[in-house]
Amino acid sequence: MERFIERNIKWLFPLPAAVFIVSMMAFPVAYTIWVSLTDWSMTSSSAVQFVGLKNYIALFNDPRFFNAVKLTLYFTGLAVSVETVLGVGIALILNREFKGKNFVKGILLLPMVATPVAIGLAWTLFYEPTIGLGNYALQLLGLPASKWLASNTSVIPALAIVDIWEWTPMVALIVLAGLAALPHDPYEAAMVDGANTWQVFRYITLPLLSPTILVAVVLRGIDAFKTFDIIYTMTAGGPGFASETLNIYAYNLGFGYFKFGAASSALVALLALVLGGSLLVLWMRRTWEQ
Amino acid sequence: MGKMMKRGAVFAAAVTAAAVLTGCGGSAPKAPEGQKLSGQTIRFVASNHTYTDAIKSLIPEFEKKTGIKVKMESYFEDQLTQKLTVELTSGSSTIDVFMTRPLQEGRLFSKNKWYEPLSPYVTDTKKTPADWKWNDFQKSAVEATTLNGNLYAVPIVTEWETLFYRKDLFAQAGLQPPKTLAELEAAAKQLNDPANGVYGIVSRGQRGAAVTQFSSYLYAHGGDFLKGGECVIDTPEAVKAIQYYGKILHDYGPPGVTNMSWPQAQALMASGKVAMWTDASTLLPGLLDPQKSKVADKIGIAMFPGGSAGQHPYMVVPWAVSISAQSKQKEAAWEFVKWLSSEEVMKKAQLAGNTTTRNAIWNDKDVLAKLHPGMADVAKQTGAIAVPYDRPVMTAVVEARDAIGDVIVKSIETGGTADIAGLAKAAVAQVNELLAKSGE
Repeated sequence: MERFIERNIKWLFPLPAAVFIVSMMAFPVAYTIWVSLTDWSMTSSSAVQFVGLKNYIALFNDPRFFNAVKLTLYFTGLAVSVETVLGVGIALILNREFKGKNFVKGILLLPMVATPVAIGLAWTLFYEPTIGLGNYALQLLGLPASKWLASNTSVIPALAIVDIWEWTPMVALIVLAGLAALPHDPYEAAMVDGANTWQVFRYITLPLLSPTILVAVVLRGIDAFKTFDIIYTMTAGGPGFASETLNIYAYNLGFGYFKFGAASSALVALLALVLGGSLLVLWMRRTWEQ
Repeated sequence: MGKMMKRGAVFAAAVTAAAVLTGCGGSAPKAPEGQKLSGQTIRFVASNHTYTDAIKSLIPEFEKKTGIKVKMESYFEDQLTQKLTVELTSGSSTIDVFMTRPLQEGRLFSKNKWYEPLSPYVTDTKKTPADWKWNDFQKSAVEATTLNGNLYAVPIVTEWETLFYRKDLFAQAGLQPPKTLAELEAAAKQLNDPANGVYGIVSRGQRGAAVTQFSSYLYAHGGDFLKGGECVIDTPEAVKAIQYYGKILHDYGPPGVTNMSWPQAQALMASGKVAMWTDASTLLPGLLDPQKSKVADKIGIAMFPGGSAGQHPYMVVPWAVSISAQSKQKEAAWEFVKWLSSEEVMKKAQLAGNTTTRNAIWNDKDVLAKLHPGMADVAKQTGAIAVPYDRPVMTAVVEARDAIGDVIVKSIETGGTADIAGLAKAAVAQVNELLAKSGE
């Protein structure tokens, strides 16, 4: 027994990790891809059949799919760009020493640890056009009332505001960690050369910080792309299909219409987009660094 | 290996012997009469509904009477459908009794053989004694849970589209509750006063959810969802109905109707922000509860108005109880279903604000004394003329509702001025494809 272990140690030691990855990650993905090639649907009267790429062809002919891709990109772009700018700003402020800094940091964590469904419900009340606080606040500021979640044009920005509220702190924390790790020498050199605050930020902090910011953007981007909970609780994809992002679309196909084959093909498309986007950003980062 | 098998066989024999001994010997304490199923535990998966709220506290009585333990869990309706679909698809046998929506799930679940056929149960006098009074159930309700001659669920509640209105606002304006859709529109227009925070009318506008409450408007205009196996939501009558629904909600409704299902609409009505609300009759208790409603003493109910094609509100069975075909304790499950829908329990549920399916209850003195004024009349009159469905009755009903609902949303957004005929035509094509795919 002992000799067996010794002889095969290079296989045995990584085995638990390999089993975990295969059963928990590789298998579900492979199974989803397999299901996406069948016509499995609870509403169909025929047995499950292998249909090749038929689901994908149907997907690319479905206007709701392209609408979903467009909305997903819009939501992700809007939310992540604002989160990045705000997050970097907050991190720069928190990077100075001031009284009650740790208290502020603690408060910042609150939106991140709250339950998304509870957040969704609270914001739904806030956005209610007639009895909600949102329009009351606009009124106090002398601004015209908004329909918030109930209009085609304002629903995605309204949802993005919730995402921004919830996730800007995470960007801030990542950037703050990056700031703490920056070397001091370039700053001393810049001070000796008489650079002003803006120049220090623009030519030293920002370039040194960009790898960290990029990490934050990639993480947030992947997450925002897959946002489900707040959209589902707040609009379920409505009004009409005006906030039906890819994840909601796939959910409706799977658990609304019970078309598991079609839902899987939408999820594989979502996976391909997320993977492609992430690889693109990483590739950009590598060429940028060279 | 051989040794182990032998030991297993001996063990089994011992168990059998023990069972036979206790069965015949009479030395063990005998279960009281009617408790032959004692000790079994059944799992009841329910929906968050006033009926469930009403009976939850009564379950211990059932447990005491029969010795059957009931594990109950409840979900919001869409989550319930998902939960059931996932568990029943996996062939899991842990669900014994569940609540089901005949119009929404009836065909889908029947197609997948998830319902235990109940006709043999109700006709067998050994399983179902005559004093349970199966004949007392409303005929239309029983028809609603019967598919191809097979009863698949016991109907427990009915609901119909009704008009909730503010008695005080109507009196102030010198108005009577509208009897026609023309009067409804006129009243909505007259009472709509956004400057003072009151809107004329509200009804559901959220994509899929809107379809059911739009249905009575559709029938009143002479339209329908399906005819002869095809979708007919693009006929001139149907288009007119969609335009009308969009116009009144756009012109005299609160902002944000297109994001409203019943909870949002009910909240607005209860906070005194709208003068009229058309929705399911079962939502009345939420308006009458002084804890939740600012206008609890000012709510009137009236029959859903008639249109150019007459008065045709829907009246449906929104919830019924079924036994899972995969259950291993069907006898105990049936005992629970019988208890749940017995006259005694159902009366208590009705007193808690439900509208139930047994005729005797609607003639019960206690019940009549406690009903909201007008409720019994409206129920009786609606029952006589009602359409028994509030959505396209088909297997792929969710997807069909989304397709039709999107046209309704577009109509509300534009006040009925969008190209409704063209949009309806596109929805018809989608629904017809769904019908073809599921072989209907």
